[in-house]
Amino acid sequence: MEETFGNFAIIGKPMPRVEARAKVTGQAKYAADIEVADMLWGFVKRSPYAHARILNIDASKAEKLPGVKAVTTGKDFGGFKWGWSGPTRDEEPLAVEKVRYQYEGVAAVAAISEDIAEEACDLIEIDYEPLPGVFDPFEAMKEGAPLVHDDRPGNITVEYHWSFGEVDKLLAESYLVQEDTFQTPRMAKGYLETPSAIAYWPDDDHVVYIGAKGSPYFPYRILSRCFNLPLSNVRIIQPTIGSDFGGTKNDMTPADFSVVMLAKKTGRPVKITTTQFDTLTTDLRRHPMWITMKTGVTKDGILTAIHTKIVSDGGAYTRMSPLTHYLTGICMGLPYHLPAFKHDVVCYFTNNPSSAAMRGHGIYHTAFARECQMDMIAEKLGMDRVEIRLKNLIKNPKPGEIYETVNKLHVATAGTEECLEKVRDAVNWKKRQDGYKAYGTGYASGTYLSGTNLSAHNACAAIIRVCEDGSVNYLTGATDVGQGSDTVMCAFVAEVLGITMKDIDIKRVDSAFTPVDPGSYGSRVTVLAGHAAINAAQDAKDQLLEVAAQQFGVKQAEVDIKDRLAFVKTEPSRNMPWERLVRIACYEAPGKVIIGRGYSTKGGVGHTLADFSRGVGDIGTNYSFTAQASEVEVDTETGVVKCTDNSVIAHDCGFPLNPPAVETQVQGGAYHQGVSAALYEEFKMDQGQTLNPNLVDYMRPRANEAPMSQVLHVVTNDPYGPFGAKEASEGSCCSAPPAVISAIYDATGVWIKDLPAQPEKVFRALKAKKEKKQKK
Amino acid sequence: MKGELKELKLTVNGKSYEFKVKPKTLLVELLRNELKLTGAKIGCLDSACGACTVNVDGKAVRSCSVLALQANGRKVTTIEGVADGDKLHPIQEAMVEYGAIECGFCTPGMVMSARALLGENPAPSREEIREAIQGNLCADEGYVKYIEAIEIAAKKMRGGN
Repeated sequence: MEETFGNFAIIGKPMPRVEARAKVTGQAKYAADIEVADMLWGFVKRSPYAHARILNIDASKAEKLPGVKAVTTGKDFGGFKWGWSGPTRDEEPLAVEKVRYQYEGVAAVAAISEDIAEEACDLIEIDYEPLPGVFDPFEAMKEGAPLVHDDRPGNITVEYHWSFGEVDKLLAESYLVQEDTFQTPRMAKGYLETPSAIAYWPDDDHVVYIGAKGSPYFPYRILSRCFNLPLSNVRIIQPTIGSDFGGTKNDMTPADFSVVMLAKKTGRPVKITTTQFDTLTTDLRRHPMWITMKTGVTKDGILTAIHTKIVSDGGAYTRMSPLTHYLTGICMGLPYHLPAFKHDVVCYFTNNPSSAAMRGHGIYHTAFARECQMDMIAEKLGMDRVEIRLKNLIKNPKPGEIYETVNKLHVATAGTEECLEKVRDAVNWKKRQDGYKAYGTGYASGTYLSGTNLSAHNACAAIIRVCEDGSVNYLTGATDVGQGSDTVMCAFVAEVLGITMKDIDIKRVDSAFTPVDPGSYGSRVTVLAGHAAINAAQDAKDQLLEVAAQQFGVKQAEVDIKDRLAFVKTEPSRNMPWERLVRIACYEAPGKVIIGRGYSTKGGVGHTLADFSRGVGDIGTNYSFTAQASEVEVDTETGVVKCTDNSVIAHDCGFPLNPPAVETQVQGGAYHQGVSAALYEEFKMDQGQTLNPNLVDYMRPRANEAPMSQVLHVVTNDPYGPFGAKEASEGSCCSAPPAVISAIYDATGVWIKDLPAQPEKVFRALKAKKEKKQKK
Repeated sequence: MKGELKELKLTVNGKSYEFKVKPKTLLVELLRNELKLTGAKIGCLDSACGACTVNVDGKAVRSCSVLALQANGRKVTTIEGVADGDKLHPIQEAMVEYGAIECGFCTPGMVMSARALLGENPAPSREEIREAIQGNLCADEGYVKYIEAIEIAAKKMRGGN
């Protein structure tokens, strides 16, 4: 079990997470656990309508309720609008003229207790003029459909039309063209920790915000613009985060803006903790998409071209949709060699809650469609499902060589072939029938980008402070939302400095002190912030080596530090302990203060900038690869499907820095957001209303059905990753849905192309198949 | 409102307390708001996620779904009372050492469910472990290492290695 990798002092070996003890004893403070002196409680008043004009807001009764300290409405924000990028700023902190989805925030109250704040919200009287709405993209695209945003004709959020190679010609010449439409569900992100935030103003021109944000520098920038403060005066402090998965904890919510405004109005700290109901009705969701895919192959099963047409529901506001839909197409071929592809994707505004980034962002949708089609094609050609994949996979480039995709992505390492072979060899179970229970196995392979490169706000840095007693503070703007990056960063620092994990104390983000970082998304933290950590540690080490060289009377290149000992490389008996070296450096007149700094510079060499309009360029610093085999048990009487413990996932994360963390990431990505999309999760909607806004009716995957997935590590040592590393978890999130759906087909002969394969859907599909058979 | 306050006596993590509480006060509210024991998390208030799980007289109880008054005269243990000083409970130790913990939001509830299980059944099967923690939703970890960590802890508590 204790598998180790590489030949390093610390990394590549199992290491307990640095914050695990605080978490397992209940000491770790999440946003909702924090109270500050003199604090008020806030509550958000939300719209009952999914689409309505706001005619009047009368808060006079609320203001008179004893205990109420302030009320805010959208007008207090002076016309401020915000969004993911300059051109997409289409959302107000609290709706002013109209609401565009149900439970959108329209006002908020601060009071001496949460109960009073909630009661006061009930007393705010709002006159609405309900408007006809659009509730799926197919309604939204119709001519004359109600407009979600008056200035956005056709309700189009974003669209891309890319073409690489002679797709129509290649498809026409193909031996076989497979065409199907697949559907991915409306999904919650799945975090249990509902967003919570506290804000206060130490004086008129400084604000402090403490909240559950996986990307704390999003609110840093947005609050700066919203409240017209220089960035230097916006302080974001980060508590422990209870998962993120993209979306709401990157971005802002009406509650976030409200706490800051209410704190400004009252001159006191204000806290708002949202409920699971708020989370499930208003937080950002995974885009549901309708994916029509045409895949051409030769007689031998070699891919010729793919043409994809996607219709997507973006919900009420643009948010991150431009990135999501770019990602649906960017890795179309990977992990296969694909000579040509066309990608037509249109995302529409609707009066549903907004959609945004989520684990496996974008790529998960098209990977599902493509992997199912690989199986369908293999069957028609009489080929083995693994064989057709092996035939098409790109080979792992030789060291120094780069594979370039047709849309100019650059891949230095690709271990998919090894992943798939390992998975095939590990499958030691067989398709079988046991009474009314049918068992089948599905295979899938896939890819995900890591170290996402976006043109703005991509810079990140790290600071190392070596304290005079030899302990070390590590300051980063990067956030561990649960993925284990804090541990890996500390390991990088300890490895480079030649000291131990116990010597390093990592600080959580406080924008007053930590260097700027884009945030936890796009599997970027380990690869990019990790590289900054290595560089900062090296900078600090160089300063100490200079001192050591003086002490030993040798050149700096002749000394090193390992196992907490500075020594002359050619004469290791000449050495001094780490503490002594640090003390000499700090105390010897005039004395040094050892501060190391470093930036991430990965991804700059040989890479081209991502171009959304044309679908080219390197969105990833490097790319992970995955292969998976999953077995399911289908109850053919009831349609209930569950994964069995026969499950194996091989993942090429470049180099497993902390092997158990890679395993939980791969297992978790596959089950919580992958298998759940395949079998369990879907918001049921009616005219913009969420019908299952609780964790009883909205099914999340539980321990009783969890597959005990075995994780196999594949090491490729990527030259663009820190110590060779690439992402872990988003890859398996993309390979799990097709593996499970393919397994259902293997067991029963029915394809469930619209996720999730909930019992009723499977039951009906099995019934239809039976009836068709009887007719014959 | 004041007239409605009811008397409550209970033991929390070995200490005796007396309170006057509104009858509607949930146990989780008493723990978090009055005793500042924030290890029990509020995830759903629907008894669906298990993040607020504590032990009441040794049983795993969702503290969001019982009134504080229902704990009258009982012994409540929260995650803050599980370790023996600096020494982690074997369940906690196994979860840390084995790398079972990710974001940690479900961890206190997971520990409390496992503690109740092993208190009643020192040698549970894997299926019994899964059954015992099926009310504890995790968002990111995949459950595999949680299940295996509980198996390791059970073995250790029985005197094995």
